[in-house]
Amino acid sequence: MAEQQVILEARNITKDYGGGRVLDGVSLQVHKGEVIVLIGPSGCGKSTFLRCMNGLEQIQSGQILLDGEVITEGKTDWTKVRQKIGMVFQSYELFPHMSVIDNLVLGPVKVQGRDKKEVTKEAEKLLERVGLLDKKDAFPRQLSGGQKQRVAIVRALILKPEILLFDEVTAALDPEMVREVLDVILELAADGYTMLIVTHEMQFAKAVADKIVFIDGGKVVESGIPEKFFTQPETDRARRFLNTFIYAKGGEKA
Amino acid sequence: MQDLGIRVLFLGNNFARLLQGLWITIRISLIAVALSIVFGVLLGILMTVKNPVIKAMTKIYLEFIRIMPQLVLLFLVFFGLTKSYGINLSGETSAIIVFTLWGTAEMGDLVRGALISIPKHQYESGAAIGLTKWQVYRYVIIPQILTRLVPLAINLTTRMIKTTSLVALIGVVEVLKVAQQIIEANRYTVPDSALWIYGTIFFLYFFACWPISLVAKRLEKKWKTT
Repeated sequence: MAEQQVILEARNITKDYGGGRVLDGVSLQVHKGEVIVLIGPSGCGKSTFLRCMNGLEQIQSGQILLDGEVITEGKTDWTKVRQKIGMVFQSYELFPHMSVIDNLVLGPVKVQGRDKKEVTKEAEKLLERVGLLDKKDAFPRQLSGGQKQRVAIVRALILKPEILLFDEVTAALDPEMVREVLDVILELAADGYTMLIVTHEMQFAKAVADKIVFIDGGKVVESGIPEKFFTQPETDRARRFLNTFIYAKGGEKA
Repeated sequence: MQDLGIRVLFLGNNFARLLQGLWITIRISLIAVALSIVFGVLLGILMTVKNPVIKAMTKIYLEFIRIMPQLVLLFLVFFGLTKSYGINLSGETSAIIVFTLWGTAEMGDLVRGALISIPKHQYESGAAIGLTKWQVYRYVIIPQILTRLVPLAINLTTRMIKTTSLVALIGVVEVLKVAQQIIEANRYTVPDSALWIYGTIFFLYFFACWPISLVAKRLEKKWKTT
C-alpha cells in the first residue's frame, strides 16, 4: 500500500469542543484503495475526526490535505472538496420530501451540472447493485433503516468521490439490517474504493480493514493491520478495549 | 314586509357594492400574505443566523410589530409618512405595507421555528453532497418547511381578512365602509337597516374565511400523515 498515492491526510490536527480537547494531535494518511477503520470507545473523538475531514467541523490547529493540497487554510471551496469526499451518516439523513431517485440525482445535477437523464440511468444501475431498484420511486419514510442506509451510500457514491467516510453507519440499525449494509461496504472495499470507516462492529472491522486505527482520548493510541491488532494488540489500552467485546459465562472477562 | 330592512340590500347596486368592498378586503389580505411569505422566509432564515447584531435587530423588529396595535401602524404609515416626508401613499398601499410588515413578523417567527425543528444533520448531509449553503436551503430545507408553513400561512390570511376592517379608518372603502355608507344613506327611510347590513357582512366575512380555514384543516391533515 505504501507506494500508492496519499489521498487524504491529517497532520497533527487538534479540535476543541465546549472547553475540552476532543482531538489532540491526530495524524493519519489514507492511501488510494486503502480501507482504514477507526475504532475506540464512545466519545473518543473518532466521529469528530471524520467530521473534520470534510469540513463539517473546524479544526483548531494542524492541517488536512486532499490530494496533496492543504484544505484547512486559506479559501477552500468546500463544495468542491466535498464532491471528492463522500460521507454517510449514522442517521441516514435522506431528504424526506424527495423520492429515492430524486435524493440520488440532486447532487450530481445541481452540484456537478450533469445531465439528469444520464445521472438517472446511473442511479438506477447503482440502486440495482444494492438491490433497491424497485424502491426508486418510494419515499424515505417507506423504507426500512437498512434500505435507507443503502440509498444513502448510493447517494454518496454517485458523486464519484475519491474517498468515502462512513460515520457509524450501522449504529442506528436493527441487528438483522446491519448485515445488508455491511455487505454493501464489503463489496465496495473489494471494488477498490478508498474508505475511512468509524464503526463498533468489530467482526466487520476485522473483515473489511486494511488497517485499524485505535483512538482514545483524542489520540491515536495504536494502529496496525487487523490480524495483529485483534490478536496481539501492543498497548494495554487497546487490550482492555477489545476485552469489553468478549463475553464469558458468569460475566467473567476473558 | 315593506319595512323589512333587508330590502336595503337590493336597493340600487348596494349588494354589488358590498361585494366590491369585500373584494378590496380580500385583495389587500392576499397581496400582503403573498409578500409576507416571501419576506417571512427570508426573515426566518436571518433569525437563525448566529450574528448577535442581526439577532438583536430581528428581535426588535418582531417585538415592535407585535406590541404595536395594527391601527397605530396604519396611522403611522398613512399619516406619519405624509406629514414628515411628504410621501403620499394611497390608503390601500399603506394597508398593504402595514399588513406585510405584520405578516412578515408573524411568518418570520413561524419560519424560524420550522427551521430549527429541521435536524442539523439535514443541513450537513446537504453540505456533504457538495451543495452550497444557498442550495441546501433551496432544495433541502425550504421544501421541508413549506409543508408545515402553508396551513399557518392560511391561518394568517383569515386573521388578516378580519383585521382589514381597520383600513376603513384610513379612508379605504372596504366592505365595512360600504356598509356604513349604505346604512347612513338609508337611515331615515329604513331605520333598522343596520342590523340587516351588518348581518350580511357577518355572513360575507364568514363565507370568505370559512373555506380558507377548511382548506387549512385539510392540508394539515394531509401533510400530517406524510
